[in-house]
Amino acid sequence: MITYSVKRLLSGAALLAVLSVITFFALRLGTQGVAQQIAGQSAGPEAVALIEERYGLDRPLAQQFLSWAASALTGDLGRSWFTGQPVTEAVLSRLAVTVNLAVGSVALTGALGVLLGALAATRRGWPDRLVQVLSVLGQAVPGFVLAVGLVLLFAVQLRWFPATGYTDPSDSVGGWIRSLTLPVLALAVGSVGGVAQQVRGSMLDVLRRDHVRTLRSRGLPRRRVLYRYVLRNAAGPALSVLGLQFVIILSAAVVVEQVFSIPGLGPVALTSTARGDAPLVMGVVLVTGALVVLVNLLVDLLQAFLNPKVRLS
Amino acid sequence: MNAHQQDPLLTVDGLVVEYPARGWRGTPFRAVRGVGFDIRPGETVGLIGESGSGKSTIGRALLGLAPVTEGRILFDGEDVSHPTHRRRRELTSLIQVVYQDPYSSLNPAMTIGDILTEPLTVRRVPRREALERVRDLLETVGLPADAVRRLPREFSGGQRQRVAIARALVLDPRLIVCDEPVSALDLSTQQRVLDLLIEVQERTGVAYLFVSHDLTVVRELSHRVAVMYRGEIVERGDGDTVTSRPSHPYTRRLLLSSPVCDPDAQARRRAERRRLSVPS
Amino acid sequence: MSTPASSPGLVPRLLRHPLGSPALVFVVLAVAVAVAGRWLAPHDPTATSVALVMAPPSAEHWLGGDAAGRDVLSRLVVATTYSLAGGMVVAALAALSGVTGGLAAGYFGGWVDTAGAWLTALVMSAPAMVILLAARTAFGPSLWLSMAVFGALISPVYYRVVYNAVRAVCGEPYVDAARTSGLSTPRIIARHVLLAVRAPVILVSSGVVAAGIGMMAALDFLGLGSPSTPTWGQMLSEGFYDMARNPLLVLWPSLALGLTMVALVLLGNALRDELEGTSAPAPDGRRAPWRPRSEEPPRVIEHGDADERPVLLSVRDLAVAYPRGGGWTTVVHRSDLTVRRGQVHGLVGESGSGKSQTAFAVLGLLGQGGRAVAGSIVFGGQELTGLDEARMNALRGRRIAYVPQEPMSNLDPAFTVGAQFTDPLRVVLGRSAKEARRTALDLLARVGIPDPERVYRSYPHQLSGGMAQRVLIAAAVAAGPDLLIADEPTTALDVTVQAEVLDLLRELIDELDMSVLLVTHSFGVVADICDHVSVMSDGTVVESGPTRSVLAGPRHPYTRELLAAIPRGNPRPPLEGARP
Repeated sequence: MITYSVKRLLSGAALLAVLSVITFFALRLGTQGVAQQIAGQSAGPEAVALIEERYGLDRPLAQQFLSWAASALTGDLGRSWFTGQPVTEAVLSRLAVTVNLAVGSVALTGALGVLLGALAATRRGWPDRLVQVLSVLGQAVPGFVLAVGLVLLFAVQLRWFPATGYTDPSDSVGGWIRSLTLPVLALAVGSVGGVAQQVRGSMLDVLRRDHVRTLRSRGLPRRRVLYRYVLRNAAGPALSVLGLQFVIILSAAVVVEQVFSIPGLGPVALTSTARGDAPLVMGVVLVTGALVVLVNLLVDLLQAFLNPKVRLS
Repeated sequence: MNAHQQDPLLTVDGLVVEYPARGWRGTPFRAVRGVGFDIRPGETVGLIGESGSGKSTIGRALLGLAPVTEGRILFDGEDVSHPTHRRRRELTSLIQVVYQDPYSSLNPAMTIGDILTEPLTVRRVPRREALERVRDLLETVGLPADAVRRLPREFSGGQRQRVAIARALVLDPRLIVCDEPVSALDLSTQQRVLDLLIEVQERTGVAYLFVSHDLTVVRELSHRVAVMYRGEIVERGDGDTVTSRPSHPYTRRLLLSSPVCDPDAQARRRAERRRLSVPS
Repeated sequence: MSTPASSPGLVPRLLRHPLGSPALVFVVLAVAVAVAGRWLAPHDPTATSVALVMAPPSAEHWLGGDAAGRDVLSRLVVATTYSLAGGMVVAALAALSGVTGGLAAGYFGGWVDTAGAWLTALVMSAPAMVILLAARTAFGPSLWLSMAVFGALISPVYYRVVYNAVRAVCGEPYVDAARTSGLSTPRIIARHVLLAVRAPVILVSSGVVAAGIGMMAALDFLGLGSPSTPTWGQMLSEGFYDMARNPLLVLWPSLALGLTMVALVLLGNALRDELEGTSAPAPDGRRAPWRPRSEEPPRVIEHGDADERPVLLSVRDLAVAYPRGGGWTTVVHRSDLTVRRGQVHGLVGESGSGKSQTAFAVLGLLGQGGRAVAGSIVFGGQELTGLDEARMNALRGRRIAYVPQEPMSNLDPAFTVGAQFTDPLRVVLGRSAKEARRTALDLLARVGIPDPERVYRSYPHQLSGGMAQRVLIAAAVAAGPDLLIADEPTTALDVTVQAEVLDLLRELIDELDMSVLLVTHSFGVVADICDHVSVMSDGTVVESGPTRSVLAGPRHPYTRELLAAIPRGNPRPPLEGARP
């Protein structure tokens, strides 16, 4: 189990390293003329050279990368080319908001997905149809379209929730919940269907397996077999899907944050990419990548906990 | 039958098959540990053993589907243990196979005609000629001529195994590896497929390596028999002797373990088996 | 050339599918609009007119005008081209890389497989939107680039589906058979592997096209598209800023986008139903009632029997059927069976004869909607057909027990042997945890397991087949049942292990004074352990009686045929000139 965890951890770190290398070189190649841009169109070659020297852009790329990586390991991701703000600070101050949003959506997705999926698998009838409709909607309607619809209905027409903005929980917990309700809903509705569908599918699959019949042949009531044995066996695939949904939700959050004007990582990503602010873009990529790696690690560990074959090999 | 009877068609000498380790710390798995035997033209050699004894692995090694780690496989005097890709493809017209499961060994999406002509068409035999050959073969194995246009799922297990036998015969091979060819079949069709195999051998002079766990079946088909246990041959000899008066304790246990369908005879065998296993 | 049986008539079958037909029609219409959009649009989509600014719908301009004074309908129509094309290009690029990669990794394995797995993990842990934005920074705002990058990001969908299909196919003996027929690797891939990959690729494609359309729309919505080409995402974005003034401007592009994507996803689901045969069976209300195959009940040949022990299980005129399409598939047809106390009764037949289904019917554990549609099953004086769940549970595990065929698949892989052994003892028999553990360990020792403590703590995958079968037997007899139903209990085992397990069963039967219904296809097993035997053919018991009498003097033609077909094992004479 320990070897397994260490292995997963190392593989996650390697993933981040490769992601950094690719992004770094791609970004630097794509922002060749950035010094001129920072200095302004009218600036002369001396001013541009000065900027290049200040940001270390005059050094060979490999060297630039190594020094970036060295300070990144200490937690320093450099400074924004345009605002001069430390990247770590800029990203971390926004990260909390996005994590709130994403974790809230994944939690809601997981809870509703397992509940609906289990209901659909065991009862058929209306839960089954609801899961079908939700999963079609989830796959088909992009989160931001749903977000726009929710704003139109609940904020513009009914005025139940604020259309835009974000309230920090330290200011008002009620306001925090109200400000997150619509965005979380917009993100979760897209994913619930997929998770529920997976739970339903794998439960039906497990229900057909021989060992379920054998357990029932020993007189165990259907309900106990269902919730103790079938659900546990079906949890693995469902967990994998939930992990994948986290990545999708993180992606969709960028657009949904834009719709609701929420000051998360999304706006940072948008403005920094529009300007070609490579250090900041790099920071966003790295932090979201790390977030995903962390979640995947968690999924893997839970997976091992659920599946003795993984745990004991 | 032919003048070269004393020259073996196939000689296996000191064969070791080892599967590479899984992961960097595992030990390689040795499925076959130094096995030697030979098969003469037109002869059937039976390989008996239980699961994990390595009997099927030997067949796969002959076909190039399992790695030959040590030892030699001589086919008609030629060392074929590590042939080039090209030679391996050529050899497939000389060494053929009938697999255990007639359901998964035929591509469900192809018609019987396509399945049977495929080995010929890849060798650039004109389609018309190939079809003619296939029609003859279908008659040989006792299937209707219109089978050419039908899909495997329209046939029963026994009929599918006939298709598999026809496929093995289509290139006129000199050796066919029969890997448990009747153990997936229902009782009522087993004997008919066995009879077909004997009939084909008598007609074409093809040699068989007959791999099975079932002593009764091996006895019906094999001129000579080798008994495998944990990757090694523990006993060998002519078919009748090994399968009815074995000398190795493992073979005796194997023989007495397989039940016969006469209650009184079975009771005697049971008692005898128990006597045998007590001292161990 | 080879043609899969499913391809002729796929479109007609889709058109009969309740959700597939409207989805297919919609998608075809959308594609037609996309192709002919330029000529269909009533007005110039880029022409502006002050009179049209925020104009309400009119006869001339059906959907009115937008904030810049352009005709909304024309823009919507023309936008179809770019929106659909974006999704299709994404899907094409994703399919190209994903299918090739999946094929290579699945077929060659080894390092290609390792590299592929790692690369997909890398791509899948990258949040698409962030990467798209980063790529834009690096390589500039190009629509083609965005599509290529998103195509690459979504290609793992294809990779996985293809990889799994290839792996499954390469494990099939027919691929080995192709190799041993002398086919070259490219030819095997072209003929055998691609054939198997086609269906799953078609299935995921509609979803990927939908995802591509969605992602392109999202980029346009963020203002990252090209402003000169009208797309649904761009219209949404423009409408969003004027939402308070004119919500309809959001509604039209949302509808176009949403309906197209729903249609694509529904089409994918319908395709899966038709290609994989997962269409739901008709609900019970619309199913024709079950009908017997013939009015005349089949005749059973009964051998004279001196057994006077009381009857424990009496099956009369039993029929078992499974719902299929709008009707039923009957697997057991008006069958009779009597098991007396202390009797070991063999139920013998070939595959598909209905012998296992009879056993499951007695247990009340028919799967997938199967049920006893006619006849009666009386156990210990109690009628079992139509018995409610609670009463049946009271019998199962206590008075009727079950030993299955495949030892490995019948133990729950996620629980230790001990956990799944003791759970029924506590829940069903009301033992304490400590008692249950003691009982389990005693029984494990009783069935000849050398180290019960270790096996108790083990997971099923750590046991051998023979060991697992002993565990299942121990668990079945834990409550001292009156009737043990054993479904081919030794078929999956090696002959020597089979003999040992039969010995064990024989001892337990004597010790616990059980009756046994032993389902098997082997007359050898019947001769070894059964005192009575019933022969089943095509869903019906055709002959029944004491083992000696039936085996020595079979009277039904089917039994005679079956017994005559058993390989006799006549030895083959040695080949002439053989060495000793």
